[in-house]
Amino acid sequence: MIINILQIILRFIVLVAIQVFILNNIQLGGVINPYLYILFLLTLPVQTPRLLLLLIGFALGISIDMFQNSTGIHAFACVLIAFFRPAWLKLVAPRDGFEPDESPGIKKFGFRWFLVYASVLVLAHHIIIFNLEIFRFSDFWSTQLRALYSSIFTIVLIIISQYLMHRPQK
Amino acid sequence: MRTLFDLLWRNHFVLLFVAIQSFCVYLIVQNNRYQHASFFNSSNAAVAKINEGVTYFKEYIHLRENNQLLAEENARLRNTLSLITNPKDTIRPFVSDTLQRQQYTYVTAKVVNSSTTLPNNFLTIDKGSADGIKPEMGVICGSGVVGIVQQVSEHYSTVMTLLHSKSKVSAKINSNGFFGSLVWGDDLNAHESILKDIDKTVPVKKGDTVSTTEFSALFPSGIMIGKVIESKLNPGSNFNAIKVGLSTNFENLSYLYVINNLKKNEQRKLEEETQKANEQ
Repeated sequence: MIINILQIILRFIVLVAIQVFILNNIQLGGVINPYLYILFLLTLPVQTPRLLLLLIGFALGISIDMFQNSTGIHAFACVLIAFFRPAWLKLVAPRDGFEPDESPGIKKFGFRWFLVYASVLVLAHHIIIFNLEIFRFSDFWSTQLRALYSSIFTIVLIIISQYLMHRPQK
Repeated sequence: MRTLFDLLWRNHFVLLFVAIQSFCVYLIVQNNRYQHASFFNSSNAAVAKINEGVTYFKEYIHLRENNQLLAEENARLRNTLSLITNPKDTIRPFVSDTLQRQQYTYVTAKVVNSSTTLPNNFLTIDKGSADGIKPEMGVICGSGVVGIVQQVSEHYSTVMTLLHSKSKVSAKINSNGFFGSLVWGDDLNAHESILKDIDKTVPVKKGDTVSTTEFSALFPSGIMIGKVIESKLNPGSNFNAIKVGLSTNFENLSYLYVINNLKKNEQRKLEEETQKANEQ
């Protein structure tokens, strides 16, 4: 249990570091800003208490905000994702439900399930962030398109990192 | 009363969610207000320390280019110096900064964190209120204008660069003296900016230089901003939107100068009093 918590804290630090030191510094085609750090919220254990989830979401978002001078934007999006995650998990739960202490991942639930589960949350997160950053309705569709492209890139990064961290068993 | 508590307890998850989200909205709104010091940004000392460490390594990558820029600047300064000390050699340039009536002082600063890819870009520099930096001071580098100081902590400051949706700097076209305001939008990249409010009848050529104007209280006049790339008529208006290629390369900034205009308050006060007098 203790090891699990330590592992989660370590993952938090590593993902925030990757986000602010590497991903925030690269620019792809001038439009794509991947936000890989959201992977942390996606892979928290299924049984995480809902209240704790909200607080973790806030802590994650505000840490990114502090490095990016975007006060509140990432915190807002993360808390929203944290709020809807339990309901979304219940909706897409496998037929025989989750075991306690399980985390959503490709290894346990398969590629297709994880892709659906992650895509919806990542897309929602990116759309909120990109619109809050711009904060106006001119260029509405180009903003949505940027959010979509960035989400696709983030999802690809998430899938790759899933395969890197734990290879699926045959 | 019991039922009220029951109701609150049953909905505590939603209530906490609403409370946190309200706080986030408050932060977003407060951050958008110009000049509002807030804890959660990179002028916060702990965050800046970490950024400083990372920048320490990033500096090595741009060492060659920065050396070149510094050398070029040295050469330019030497030229100016020779003009001042040997006035007989050339036509005497206009020098307004005598020792007693000096208008600008400069503080050098180093960039510890920067962004160029976001819709609103900032720099963090390693000088703060302890070094005499105050909000709303102009920031330049060897090759041109960089931005305006926004927030200041004891040893760090954040600078709103030209690459910010709210950045607005008055600028003129050197070949004919017409001026407008320089703005930036998210449809532009880190090397471009738009000069607005120039009448469509003003002739503008590709390659004309653009620099700061005399009546900005933040920058001395004639600091380089960039060169005209293209001029296009804004549909439905009498003004041209002129695309300017910025002379400052925001992607590898390292050493900057923060400008302290000693006469800024005097100018501001006079202008405000005039405005007040006219309103009566």
